[in-house]
Amino acid sequence: MEKIRVALIGNPNVGKSQIFNNLTGGKAHVGNWPGKTVEKKEGVCVHKGAEMHITDLPGTYSLTAHSIDELIARNYIVEEKPDIVIDIVDASNLERNLYLTLQLLELEANVVIALNKWDVAKDLGYEIDAKELSKLLGVPVVPTIATKKIGMEELKNAVIEAAKIKEKRRGLIFSYGKPFDDIILKIASIVQKDKELLSRYPVRWLAIKLLEADEEVLKLIDKSLCKEEVMRQLSEAKKILGEDIEVALAERRYSTISEALPKILKGARPLTITDLLDKALLNKYIGIPVFLAMWWALFRFAFDVSAPFSDLIDMLFSKLGEIAKMYIGDPKLASFIADGIFSGLGGVLVFLPPIFFLFLGLTILEDSGYLARAAFVVDRAMYKLGLHGKSFIPMLIGFGCNVPGIMATRTIDKEEDRILTILLNPLMSCSARLPIYVLIGSAVLGSYAAAGIYSMYILGIILAILMALLFRRVVPYFRGKPSPLILELPMYAMPSIKSTLIHMWERGSLFLRKAGTIIFLGIIAVWFLSSYPWGSVHQGDKFLLENSYIAILGKYIEPVFRPLGFNWMCAVALFFGFIAKEIVVGTFATLFGLEERSEDLSAALRSNGVFTPLTGLAFMAFSLIYIPCIATVGVIYRETGSWKWTIFAVTYGLILAYVVALTIVTFGRLVGFT
Amino acid sequence: MAATIPLAMLRENCEAVIVEVRGGMGLTRRLTEMGFTNGTRVKVLHSTPPGPILVMIRGSRIALGRGLAMKIFVNPVEGG
Repeated sequence: MEKIRVALIGNPNVGKSQIFNNLTGGKAHVGNWPGKTVEKKEGVCVHKGAEMHITDLPGTYSLTAHSIDELIARNYIVEEKPDIVIDIVDASNLERNLYLTLQLLELEANVVIALNKWDVAKDLGYEIDAKELSKLLGVPVVPTIATKKIGMEELKNAVIEAAKIKEKRRGLIFSYGKPFDDIILKIASIVQKDKELLSRYPVRWLAIKLLEADEEVLKLIDKSLCKEEVMRQLSEAKKILGEDIEVALAERRYSTISEALPKILKGARPLTITDLLDKALLNKYIGIPVFLAMWWALFRFAFDVSAPFSDLIDMLFSKLGEIAKMYIGDPKLASFIADGIFSGLGGVLVFLPPIFFLFLGLTILEDSGYLARAAFVVDRAMYKLGLHGKSFIPMLIGFGCNVPGIMATRTIDKEEDRILTILLNPLMSCSARLPIYVLIGSAVLGSYAAAGIYSMYILGIILAILMALLFRRVVPYFRGKPSPLILELPMYAMPSIKSTLIHMWERGSLFLRKAGTIIFLGIIAVWFLSSYPWGSVHQGDKFLLENSYIAILGKYIEPVFRPLGFNWMCAVALFFGFIAKEIVVGTFATLFGLEERSEDLSAALRSNGVFTPLTGLAFMAFSLIYIPCIATVGVIYRETGSWKWTIFAVTYGLILAYVVALTIVTFGRLVGFT
Repeated sequence: MAATIPLAMLRENCEAVIVEVRGGMGLTRRLTEMGFTNGTRVKVLHSTPPGPILVMIRGSRIALGRGLAMKIFVNPVEGG
């Protein structure tokens, strides 16, 4: 079968993923671009005896070397040379979208344009002459409505037709006018003396990029024999064109578009529903309450709806564990399968329902166009704190679970802003920490229990703010201000059920594959530490956790915790809390040989004098702040792609937890508490 | 002709023409890519001082942080 390699490109919000799903039937291989944290999607589409291998490039407005997304998209087109590049253009927003198209033509890519959102453009009163556009640009143009799967056959046909043309297909070579054209030509004629460069790259494009002082292209020239001559020509050019050549060229591209536009586009834009909705949703006074209400609804939806599913998974795996223990004779093997494998699998899978539902809700908010508005509404406050407007949503999600919270940082463009948001996210007190607060609060805080529990949430927020300010000042990587908000607010639209579900599935399964392995291995490791040495932990029917390696470790590190007033049991409980914070409660239960949910556990903690009100509060604070659970650590590694930041997150959490707990204890003692 | 003012000072529903984008190369570049070039007409759809500003430019709605909008200089269009 004939193979056609197709790349999909377009501005953000043009319906690119919908077209990808329509073409591939939603079956995508989701991974990362090599060495990058940017997502890569690939799929296959068979049409009229041709097999199209489709790669989804990151959504981008331009093809400079200034952002990872743009560089990935550009390098793919330049280096991998796909047979066809489908450029998805938003028909309701031609002017800005054609800017990318012009750059693709400069790259001499074999472009096919999908003129998407044809219906939206019609509704806005635009009349677009697709034939004229095709004639002007010299490439096929296919009107499409991705949400209704209209124009997909025509698009596939156009791809097959365009792929047949074997000689190098050239679209429009547009003029930058004088004196740009002459200079571009001069530089191109020098560059093409280098046969290596000539065979690999479009020389006119190289010349333009050299004028723009593009770092990547300058690196290419650096190794070339024509370097000196090019550099001489470039400094000549600067004398004529001034220093801001890149901006000047961008202006020329836009004016090329503005001049062509009247030939292809007619009609005016009336006041749209989007404008009306924005009047309310972006309003100074209504905006924030609406935003909080939306978030609350999302939250309840995700965590309330998913809770029964999580419980079911939890139950299923503990049942499987029981069955395994019943039927497997060898106690070591039985324990390995039940407490290691099955509880490991369960530990991973209980996270799936909340992640799936949260991403379902988030995708709906995103596709409807609301999420961009949320960033607008909170931008000011976040900027003051050294964070980006888009950092807010991940923080809010963190209150439910830090794992999807951290995954949601993907919408933040600048790497520094994104990593900072990831590092702060664990300070948002997730739902798994609540059982710890409840247990200890009710054990030792008496009538102040509720206030104590509530104060943990506030403490987390305050610490996040302080850490944001601190990291911005102290850590060189974060120094400086967050990147200012430049964000396109798309028109409001009805999200399509299918793409929403596909998106949810992609996110969920990605978590399962990547973070899942780390969580699973972590749980197996803890199982080993708590079950061995086998003989002394398992004496007859008794399970004596205090003889395990983990207890030995707990006792060993107890001196470290002594200033905080924590005993070895606390140390062990905190160690287990690394798997999932709610396990802290279960560990205390095991240590006292009690049922996890029993009232007696509170009483036991009280009567055994494990905690005083003061050390209890310190322990709650410590639980809030110290190492995020293993799932969160896994996802931090996955999303930052770096052990350095993962270790940083773990270390600063530990230090901060210790400092805060020590402060509580010391200060408390000073004012007379015990 | 009206005096040149930063885009951030332009009132809601007012239109203006961009005359200059100041600020570092990185910002100028990004703004240019999004269509903020000299001579382009912009309309302020929403302004929430001291929060961000929402403008209509080249047929799209772009939100800009206030600090950024202070670096874009415009000539207001009379009766716009």
